Amino acid sequence: MSTVDFQSNWLEVLQSPFMQNALIGGSLVALAAGLLGYFVITRQNTFAAHALAHIGFPGATGAILVGAPVTLGLAVFCVAGGLLIGLFGRRVADREMATGTILALATALGVLFASLASANAATTTSVLFGNLLAISREQLLVFGAFTACVVLTLAVLARPLVFASVDPAVAEARGVPVRALGLAFVLLLALTITMAVQVVGTLLLFALVVTPAATALRLTARPIRVAALAVALALGSVWGGLVLSAMIDLPPSFFIVSLSVLAWVTVLAVTGGHRPRPLVDTHHPH
Amino acid sequence: MTDGPRPPALVLDGVSVARGGRTVWSHGTFTVRAGAVVGVIGPNGAGKTTMFQVALGLLPVTAGRVEVLGAPPRRGNRRIGYVPQNYTAALGDAIRARDLVTLGLTGGRFGLRRTSPTERARVDQALTWVGADGFAERRMSELSGGQQQRVAIAQAIVDDAELLLLDEPLANLDLRNQQEIVRLLGDLRRERDVTIMVVAHDLNPLLPVLTDAVYLLDGHPHHDEIGQVVQEELLTHLYGTPVGVVRTAQGDLFTRAGWREPSS
Repeated sequence: MSTVDFQSNWLEVLQSPFMQNALIGGSLVALAAGLLGYFVITRQNTFAAHALAHIGFPGATGAILVGAPVTLGLAVFCVAGGLLIGLFGRRVADREMATGTILALATALGVLFASLASANAATTTSVLFGNLLAISREQLLVFGAFTACVVLTLAVLARPLVFASVDPAVAEARGVPVRALGLAFVLLLALTITMAVQVVGTLLLFALVVTPAATALRLTARPIRVAALAVALALGSVWGGLVLSAMIDLPPSFFIVSLSVLAWVTVLAVTGGHRPRPLVDTHHPH
Repeated sequence: MTDGPRPPALVLDGVSVARGGRTVWSHGTFTVRAGAVVGVIGPNGAGKTTMFQVALGLLPVTAGRVEVLGAPPRRGNRRIGYVPQNYTAALGDAIRARDLVTLGLTGGRFGLRRTSPTERARVDQALTWVGADGFAERRMSELSGGQQQRVAIAQAIVDDAELLLLDEPLANLDLRNQQEIVRLLGDLRRERDVTIMVVAHDLNPLLPVLTDAVYLLDGHPHHDEIGQVVQEELLTHLYGTPVGVVRTAQGDLFTRAGWREPSS
């Protein structure tokens, strides 16, 4: 068993090229994930977000099998999975069953590809749990392009997407293209998850995509503030996690997720842990 | 109130609608005049909500001609305000009352732009109008059913709708809240000159404000003045169960279940 030691040279470690790449890559992911979190929650897409990460798993192992870049394999599977889930009705129950079924199939494919590629345990582990410290320059360029795409698209879609997410029936009646927006959103989510999987892995992705927005929503319900706060929380988790992992030589995924969850638990404790109660009706003569 | 020659709020001429290949209702021919308050009644599954979807341009008709506020129905008609059924229950705790009303005004707009002071003033006005000032900054999930319904109506009128479609706005409200929402509907018609169509199971709470009714009977929509609709034979036929009509000395009209517990 390896020992856990404080590394006195952690400042130097932080300045090393691989740590610099990790900081930039992690920050890009935190930005995209934080912005999307509000929509993932209001659209009741948390399960889909979780599933998309797993659907990426065979993409990654399949890419290793055919010798293609892991990011490409992840992106292809996440986007295809997102479109497939998006095709299944708007009813949450239908969507959840379809999502779960696709998720199971994808995981089975992932195991198959991993076995065929005779990928070693370390490779599989890095897909499942992320390996932020192995982010390359090329990956950073892709991350930059993906994040720019997410930010710019969201800037254009923000208002109608909020409308379609919190209030789909009225939005549709008002002429908002609810279905097209849903599809666009799933694509943005697929791009973000493609990146996030490489940072925290398929199994821990929730902590960057859902948890920061869930924490923010306890504190405010104004969409712009939720987005800003979620981005800040995700960035804080990534940066803090990297610093801690430089100080104590343990996987950054562990620290990033722990910090994100810690913020959530703290806010839950402070806000009382229960949903806000309905007000008692007061008389409002008109 | 200026009463120029306004086109009717809704005209149906020989209209049939189908859903999934099955005809919901057919031979719908009636006119809802501007300024009416119309109860849309009928048993479950008769196609009351479907009628709203036709007016909103969300469902094409299979036969006949429809005209809404003097024009063919089209999706995204900003002259119609809409409050769907079970609407407020579907709204989570991720939106404040004020922001929801603002979406009714600016929610269809793409691109980044701040809500303008004029738009903010209109949102304030709508919130004040329905008496929602006191809880405008609250999350929807924190509000009572009556308060949520007020906010929903504020969202529907914030863009100065001329026709208001409300689907079961009194469901799940206690008696006092029902009466307050009904009073609000009366005010809307009087002071803002809005035409109102209300889908309702129970006519009683709405009777003080209703001028007309559309009732879906035997697969066809019929339209009449409210006094003609509140008749024992008609309501009994309509609901498939005995319904009685009571007129008080003051001239108030009530319907009641037409059967009695046998007295012991």
